[in-house]
Amino acid sequence: MGKRIFVTGMGIISAIGKNIPDTFLSLSQGRSGLGRIKQIDTIHKNEILVAEVGFSNSELAAMLGITDQQGYTRTTLLALVAANEAVASAQITDMNQIPTGLISANTVGGMDKSEIYYYDYLKLKKPNSYIETHDCADSTEKLADHFGINGFISTVSTACSSAANAMLLGARLIQNGTLKRVIAGGTECLTKFHINGFNSLKILDPDPCKPFDQNRKGINLGEGAGYVILEGEEALQNPGRIICELSGWGNACEAFHQTASSPDGNGAFLAMKKALDMSGLKPADITYINAHGTGTDNNDVSEGHAIENLFAPTIPYVSSTKAFTGHTTSAAGVVESIISILGMKNRMIFPNLNFTQQIEELNFSPVSELKTNIEQKHVLSNSFGFGGNNTALIFSKF
Amino acid sequence: MSTYISGIGCISPQKTIDNSVFPAEAVNQNALFLQCIQPESYRDYINPILSRRLSKIIKMGITSALISIKDAGISNPGAIITGTGLGCVEDTEKFLMTMLDNNETLMNPTNFMQSTYNTISSQIAIILKCFNYNSTYVHRGFSFESALTDAIDLMQSTVAESALVGGIDEITENHFNVTSLLGHWRTKPQNNLELFEHKQKGTLPGEGSVFFTLTRNKQASTYCELKGIKTVYKPATMDVVAGSICALLAENKLTAHNIDLIITGMNGDQQGDAVYDEICQTMFDTKAVAGFKNLCGEYHTASAFGLWLAANILKWQEVPKISIYKGFRPNTIQNILLHNHVEGKQHSIMLLSKV
Repeated sequence: MGKRIFVTGMGIISAIGKNIPDTFLSLSQGRSGLGRIKQIDTIHKNEILVAEVGFSNSELAAMLGITDQQGYTRTTLLALVAANEAVASAQITDMNQIPTGLISANTVGGMDKSEIYYYDYLKLKKPNSYIETHDCADSTEKLADHFGINGFISTVSTACSSAANAMLLGARLIQNGTLKRVIAGGTECLTKFHINGFNSLKILDPDPCKPFDQNRKGINLGEGAGYVILEGEEALQNPGRIICELSGWGNACEAFHQTASSPDGNGAFLAMKKALDMSGLKPADITYINAHGTGTDNNDVSEGHAIENLFAPTIPYVSSTKAFTGHTTSAAGVVESIISILGMKNRMIFPNLNFTQQIEELNFSPVSELKTNIEQKHVLSNSFGFGGNNTALIFSKF
Repeated sequence: MSTYISGIGCISPQKTIDNSVFPAEAVNQNALFLQCIQPESYRDYINPILSRRLSKIIKMGITSALISIKDAGISNPGAIITGTGLGCVEDTEKFLMTMLDNNETLMNPTNFMQSTYNTISSQIAIILKCFNYNSTYVHRGFSFESALTDAIDLMQSTVAESALVGGIDEITENHFNVTSLLGHWRTKPQNNLELFEHKQKGTLPGEGSVFFTLTRNKQASTYCELKGIKTVYKPATMDVVAGSICALLAENKLTAHNIDLIITGMNGDQQGDAVYDEICQTMFDTKAVAGFKNLCGEYHTASAFGLWLAANILKWQEVPKISIYKGFRPNTIQNILLHNHVEGKQHSIMLLSKV
């Protein structure tokens, strides 16, 4: 078994809150972030529900004390809000006191601006401050510059499992001694580009999504960012700072289809199994699974089978919290990890909203109401991406 | 624990697809941007029914990956990890322009599905039925470097016996036109083979798809040992880069004296190339220096082409004449240091040794 990895800081922004306390409040009060889209002008605005962060870019910039917004995409602004909270909560005063890396996850990059200005660039030959913010790395570098990080920085993009993969790389680079501390997580804003992408795949639910429900119709997209601070065993010198342990991770490729999951959930099974094997835990040790649970026909039955195959006869508490936050795509892995950690710390299981009827092919139902006073030693968070990029993370109580 | 490069697949603006010929005759494209020489047919590598739906970069990626593992005699790599600065540009542009031209109607889901950056790594996994670790890095001049770092770590932590690692980027006409506004490119068609001879502002963009099969053990197909890699982001001075080079050498119990050849990412841009000159003068003054971007052009994962060159030089013990920039070809080439930077922001250093 490798060296232990600890979470010493967390920060989050999504439709259900601009920080950890607000997020916790929304989760424990059953308050969903779903609504009509306000920040983007799309022809779909009256047909879809999204979980949008309730602040304009100017408001986000003001929160951050940024006076000149030029060159700041929404992806970057969200990232800065969440990363600031994570760094503050880990009580980091000198970023370069120990070798610190930054691994951020992202897929839409600066598309929120490219989809507005692309023809200005291409046809009118008119560049602006967003021409260099199109790619995924721009937001990561803005974070690195903000925190003064000059060592290992990277950006992961494995679609909807991106942030989970950012966290596991960070953990491994600490284990092998390359880094002492890593800011890991992801960020994604809503764009017309991927709203239309998911819409063209016909997997958006016009109503509030119903993960793991027999009558589920699809996804509600969301946006947000989350970061955790990961540290190695040196963190044990000051155990009061430790939030929990990242005790296992598993990455597997389903190798089935570019956008569909296999009916038996082979990739999901492998990712969870690897994470369990690594942590040295038995299936029965996992109290709660924060499922990927997108609410699509395909994902939920596939993931459900994988959970049954690995955990039967004793299925842990399962919920998908995507009806709260929407599907925050590249940020989902970290947003839902933080939600899982908050549940574990506060002895709560946050509910899978909008559930009424069990999926016929499955033998279990998700937790549909808030549960309190549930002791959880180990929780598991699933994140699955296009192309079968499946990752599971296990967090353990410290 | 050692890491070896034991298989390569390279599709580039040069005739690099055939691993048995090195060096091949250098190709001058005399263009505004360099484009890859595609295989005559993808039929040998990809099912034609699938191939019809795939854009150029995906086909190049799959094909070079398959050539690489075949070269290494491996059918199921322990990991598939890719790096790409911009991913599937053509599919992204098509989807974006359809959306802008038709006010969000007539959208083609295939373009969207294939626009995600991890398309190539997952398509390779689907073709190989490879359920192992799979990831994609998308960080400008660190994209390929991150993939390599991840792979080396996985192999050292004994999770994987082998790893398939690639650096892939494509250039399209639209992408060239948009990025031209940034002033990084030369404004007239350029003889790429003379790129180092006329230093001025700007360089020549290019593209490529290079995959390496890394193995934990040396085997008959092994090209060289990959001793280590380091990255530096926005170094305040070149001393920081020099410090990283020294650290990498020291970790491998080597000094600057042991380096027989420096391969730099020089690209003909006066300002950018001055950085390499400074490092070479202060650390490797008497050493031979080679370049590679006169063959492949500048792009986010061009360092993968640099690694292709280094691995072949070590295997064949031959430095192509067109690649030598300064000094003479050393008699024996035991150790190569590869230094690349993109716009002075992302620096990477790799150390390779003959086996």
